[in-house]
Amino acid sequence: MTLPRLKKEDMCFPNLDNSGDWGIKGYKQRGGYQGLKEILQMPVAERIEKLKASGLRGRGGAGFPTGMKWSFMPKPEVSNKPHYLVCNADEGEPGTCKDRDILRYDPHTLVEGMIVGCHTLGAKVGYIYVRGEYYDESSRLVAAIEEARKEGLLGKNICGLGIEVEVHVHLGAGAYICGEETALLESLEGKKGQPRLKPPFPAGFGLYGCPTTINNVETIAQVPPILKNKLEWFTRWGRPGNSGTKIFSVSGSVNKPGNFEAPMSIPLRELIDEYAGGVIGGWENLQAVIPGGSSTPMLNAEQAGRVLMDFDALKAEGTGLGTAAVVVMNKQVDLLRVMVRIAEFYKHESCGQCTPCREGVGWVYRLMERLCRGEGTLEEVDQLYALTKKIEGRTICAFADGAMWPVQGTLKHFRGLIEERVRKNVA
Amino acid sequence: MPTIRINASVSSGQTPRALGLGLQWSKKAAASVKEILGRYPVERSRSAVIPLLWLAQREFGGWLSVDAMQLVADTLELPYIRVYEVASFYTMFNLKPVGKFHVQVCTNCSCMIRGSDAIVAAVKDVTGIEASGENSADGMFTFTEVECLGACVAAPMMQVTLADGPLHYYTHLDAGKVREILGHLKKGGEAATFADTSPAKHDPICGGYGG
Repeated sequence: MTLPRLKKEDMCFPNLDNSGDWGIKGYKQRGGYQGLKEILQMPVAERIEKLKASGLRGRGGAGFPTGMKWSFMPKPEVSNKPHYLVCNADEGEPGTCKDRDILRYDPHTLVEGMIVGCHTLGAKVGYIYVRGEYYDESSRLVAAIEEARKEGLLGKNICGLGIEVEVHVHLGAGAYICGEETALLESLEGKKGQPRLKPPFPAGFGLYGCPTTINNVETIAQVPPILKNKLEWFTRWGRPGNSGTKIFSVSGSVNKPGNFEAPMSIPLRELIDEYAGGVIGGWENLQAVIPGGSSTPMLNAEQAGRVLMDFDALKAEGTGLGTAAVVVMNKQVDLLRVMVRIAEFYKHESCGQCTPCREGVGWVYRLMERLCRGEGTLEEVDQLYALTKKIEGRTICAFADGAMWPVQGTLKHFRGLIEERVRKNVA
Repeated sequence: MPTIRINASVSSGQTPRALGLGLQWSKKAAASVKEILGRYPVERSRSAVIPLLWLAQREFGGWLSVDAMQLVADTLELPYIRVYEVASFYTMFNLKPVGKFHVQVCTNCSCMIRGSDAIVAAVKDVTGIEASGENSADGMFTFTEVECLGACVAAPMMQVTLADGPLHYYTHLDAGKVREILGHLKKGGEAATFADTSPAKHDPICGGYGG
């Protein structure tokens, strides 16, 4: 039995398909900014309680409960420092492209989220850190901010309530690591994007040493509809602990690639067949699926046929939901070449701060590249696996872990393919 | 016993060039500098390093000479190294001259699966460039293979950065479409014509917004 398709009124991003106007007029017609005043008048503690109850988990990859994250911020009268909300729009995980479509097709969802988020967290200024390549998308976002300001939705007296919030767009310049929250803060402070040690956590010591919350675009944009609607509006979708709707980016060997907002916990097969037009060559032609962006270990065809797309179900399969970027590979795809390319990506993007990552990720890439060319020995296949285990968990941030997981996933499911190539060459 | 191999490719990096130009912001750029600085707390003007590098790159021909980076450092009252270390960290800052059109083709997973090989071949064929990172003989194009640009559901795709500022995404490509787009650019056609997203009139680097 297939899940019902979401109706426009069930969606957080009704214009994700670009069927309407991205400007403020279209956004208001879709119900945007209605009820904003009421949310801003709601007690802050009540808003955070509702967010906690909604089960919203961060959409940027880690899946941390948003309401809990927001509750870590000190009260402004206690901290005695400016507070900041920083939106992470430095989308760069291979396979992931959902934030781009939010920015260009429905930028006001993010602007409204920033207004609500900043006020809830006691911030008068919010920054949206957008990857430098999203130039045209940022142009629309800046236009949306300007439209909101003209209508008194940003500035010093929002909705006539005396609330002050200003939002600025900050363009990055091409560094995947700046998607890591503390590297993003460093970059926003005008430095190289190298992650900080935690603790201290950003909620206590973030941007400019002030209390800061960092959230993904999709997470922030989902806050206003959650607060405006009844709790069940959001929690009726998905399994407990994984509730709500989610944007899935389906790319690779499918007939109709796209970004789709669908209920959480949707079966992967249903997502591919019903939303993305099916695997090219049919389901039987499926080789493997990367379920949540390049960092998440791949699923084989058997797993892909039964797994549900949510945080807990994918974790149970030894992988993760990540950014919900589904990359489908059919049997015509040279899977090892794709995985070597992903390893090369991590080699290129390592920030160089921690030695296990700076040296190790390049080593893994070179070893893998050679093995997949058929050179090397079977003993080196074991060495490759041992190497990934010695890099994982030994660095400041999770980048090196994310670089090693896909290699481990490849070895888990497709070790035979590598061995076959090595054997062929030896023979 | 682990096997030790020495076939690692070592990249030599880019050496920045000093031209001794003593560059200054144009009047228009100076106004943008002021506006950019307004986005950050007064004592935190260092935050403007990346935005000002963007501004300098488009002001001075699409790349950053030592002179351009020095101007950014002087503007923010920072030592030169604080600007250079940032410029050399981020891939979108060019430390050597690039062509009028910087063609960047994504060859990461989703694009590779959807046929980025053909896109790379077509770009090389049209521009005459043999390897990633090089400029065409006529100085019109630079070609670079890049990492995921975040348009995976519209793969394969490329991005073209104009030396004087904007950049656009061209998606759902095939070899024929690449030839058409590059031919159009070569003839001086409007770069936004084939772009997959029409920008608003606002410029995200120097704004035209702010309060």
